[in-house]
Amino acid sequence: MTITAEKTRTRAGTARTTVTRQDRPSGWYLAPALVFFGAFAVLPMVLVVYLSFTSWDGFGTPELSGTENWTRLIEDGRAWDSLWLTLVFMVLTWLVQTPIAMLIGVWAAGRQRNRAILSSLFFLPLLLSTAAIALLWSSVLDPNFGVTQSLPVLGGFNFLGDTELVVYTVVWVISWQYVPFHTLLYQAAARQVPESLYEAATLDGAGRYRQFFTITLPLLKYTIITSTVLMLVGSVTTFDTILILTGGGPGTATRVLPLHMYITGFSGFEFGYASAISVLLLLLGAGLSLAVTRATGFRKMQSQQEGV
Amino acid sequence: MTTTQATPAPLAPVPDMLQDGRRRRRPRAGGHRGRPNVLAGVLATIWLALVAVPLYFLVAASFRTRSDYLSDNPLAPPPSPTLENYETVLTGDFPTYLLNTVIVTVVTVAIVVGLTVPAGYAVARNAGRGVQRGFSLMLVGLAIPAQAAIIPVYLMITQLHLYDTLLAVILPTAAFAMPVALLVMTNSLRDIPRELYEAQTLDGAGPFAALRHLVLPLAKPAITTVAVFTSLTAWNGFLFPLVLTQSVGTRVLTLGLWDYQGQFGTNVPALLAAVTLSVVPIFVLYLVGRRYLLSGLTAGAGK
Repeated sequence: MTITAEKTRTRAGTARTTVTRQDRPSGWYLAPALVFFGAFAVLPMVLVVYLSFTSWDGFGTPELSGTENWTRLIEDGRAWDSLWLTLVFMVLTWLVQTPIAMLIGVWAAGRQRNRAILSSLFFLPLLLSTAAIALLWSSVLDPNFGVTQSLPVLGGFNFLGDTELVVYTVVWVISWQYVPFHTLLYQAAARQVPESLYEAATLDGAGRYRQFFTITLPLLKYTIITSTVLMLVGSVTTFDTILILTGGGPGTATRVLPLHMYITGFSGFEFGYASAISVLLLLLGAGLSLAVTRATGFRKMQSQQEGV
Repeated sequence: MTTTQATPAPLAPVPDMLQDGRRRRRPRAGGHRGRPNVLAGVLATIWLALVAVPLYFLVAASFRTRSDYLSDNPLAPPPSPTLENYETVLTGDFPTYLLNTVIVTVVTVAIVVGLTVPAGYAVARNAGRGVQRGFSLMLVGLAIPAQAAIIPVYLMITQLHLYDTLLAVILPTAAFAMPVALLVMTNSLRDIPRELYEAQTLDGAGPFAALRHLVLPLAKPAITTVAVFTSLTAWNGFLFPLVLTQSVGTRVLTLGLWDYQGQFGTNVPALLAAVTLSVVPIFVLYLVGRRYLLSGLTAGAGK
C-alpha cells in the first residue's frame, strides 16, 4: 500500500497521462457475475410469470392454462386473508420495533458506564439463525412443556395455540430477533448528531423531550427510512419463523402470503397457482422497496448508510 | 464513522456500540446534561432482560436431563448438569448437517467473492453504458424477494438434475447474495484514488495486473465484509435448502434443527443442545473478529 502510494507521488508529478479506454477493465469483468445473477435470480422472475399461466403438479411439464390461476386468485378468499395478515404483520412489527429500537439506540449512543457489557449481551440474538430463534421460542412457549407454563401469570396463556394471541406471539418473536439490528442502525446514526446542537438547545432552555423531537428525530430521518424499508420488505417475506413456530396455524391464523404460496405449491402440488401467488408477492415486495427508495432517493439512502 | 481507519477502502461502518468503549472520546449524542435518561434506561434494561433470560434458558436447559427439564424450575441452574444431550446430538446426524452447511457456506462465499471483485472493479472503473446498465439491473435485484423465486428455481434445479444436491442450494443462495455484495464491493473500489490506477497504467500494467496488484490488496476490507455477509446468509439459509433438498445426506444445519423438533419430540433438552451447538461457530467468529462480523451484518442495510 505505501509502496504504491509513493510511486504515485513521484510518477504523477512528472508525467500525468490520461488513462485510455484499453487500460480500463472491459465489460467482461462484470459479465460472469451478471450471467450468474441473471440465470438464478432474473430468469426465475421471468419464469414465475410464465408459470402463473400454466398448470403444473411439480413432476410433469407445465401446461398453459390461460388466466385460470389468476381468476382463481382473485376469487380465493384465503389468499386475500393471507395478504391482509401480511399487512397486519407489517404494521405491527413496525409499531413494536421502531420505538424500541429508536429509544434504545439513542440511549446507547451515550456513554453509560457499563455499556460494553450491556451491548455485548444485547447483540447476542443476532448470532442465532432464524431457525434457531424460532425453535428456542417454540420450546419456551410450548403449551405443555414450555417455560412459560411454570411461570406465574404467563402460564395462563396458550401463546401458540390461541388464534388471536398467536399473531402477537409471532410479532414478538420477530421483534426479538430484529430489534438489536435496528437498534444498531439508530445508535450509529444518533452518534452522528453534532453535540453542539444539543448544547445550543440547552442554552435556549429546551428540555430533553423537546430536544428529542426537534433535533434527534429530524436528524434520524434517513435512518428511519432505511430501517422502515428493511422492516417492511422483511415482513413481506417473513417465512421461516412462522413455518417453524406455527406452521401457519392454528388453523390459518398465521398463514401469511409466502406461507400460503409455499403450502399451495409444495404441499398441495398446485405449482401453477402458487406461481400466481408468487407474482403477487414479487409485486408487493419489489413494488414496496422501489416505491420507498424512489420516494426518498436512493443516493441519499446510500450516503446515509455511509454515515451509519 | 470513526476516523481511525487507515485503509483507503474502509470496512462497512461498524456501529460504535459494539466497539470498546475505551477507544473513543466522542461527545455523546442525546442531549445528556448530567441527568440520566430514565425512561430510555429503564426500557433498555427491560429489553436486556427479555434478551438474556431466553438465552440463559436455552443454554441451561441443554445441560439438563430430560426428567429434570420437566420437573425443574426452568430458570434455576441445572441441579445435575449433564452432557448427555450433546452426546445424543453429536453422535447423530449433526456432524453431517454441520459439514453440509460448511460446504454450502464456503462454496457460496467463493462464488460471490470470485465474481463480485472483478465485477465491482468493472463498475467502478468502466463508465460504459453496458456496464452501468448491468450494475443497475443487479441493484434492482436488491428488491426481489427470494420467496417469489422458489417455484421457478425448483423447476430449474429439477430440470438441471441438481435436485437434492448441495449445489442446488449453493447456486440460488449465491445469486441472491450477489446484489448486496456487488454494492459493497463497488462502493469500496470507487474509493480507491484514481491516481493509483493511473500509476499502474504508467507502469505498463493492464487491467488484469491492476486487479491483482492494486484492487485485490486494497479491497481486502470489502472482501471481508462481503465474505462475512455471504457466510451469514448461507449459514442461516432455510428456504432454498427446504425446497431444493430432501435427504439426510444433503441436509443443512438449519433444516436439521427443524427436523430435530419432530425427531426428538419431547426431548427438548436435546433439541436445545443442538440449537446451542449451531450457534457456536458464529459465536466464535463474534469473539475472534467482532468488527468483521458486524460489518458483514450491517452490509445488508444497503438493501
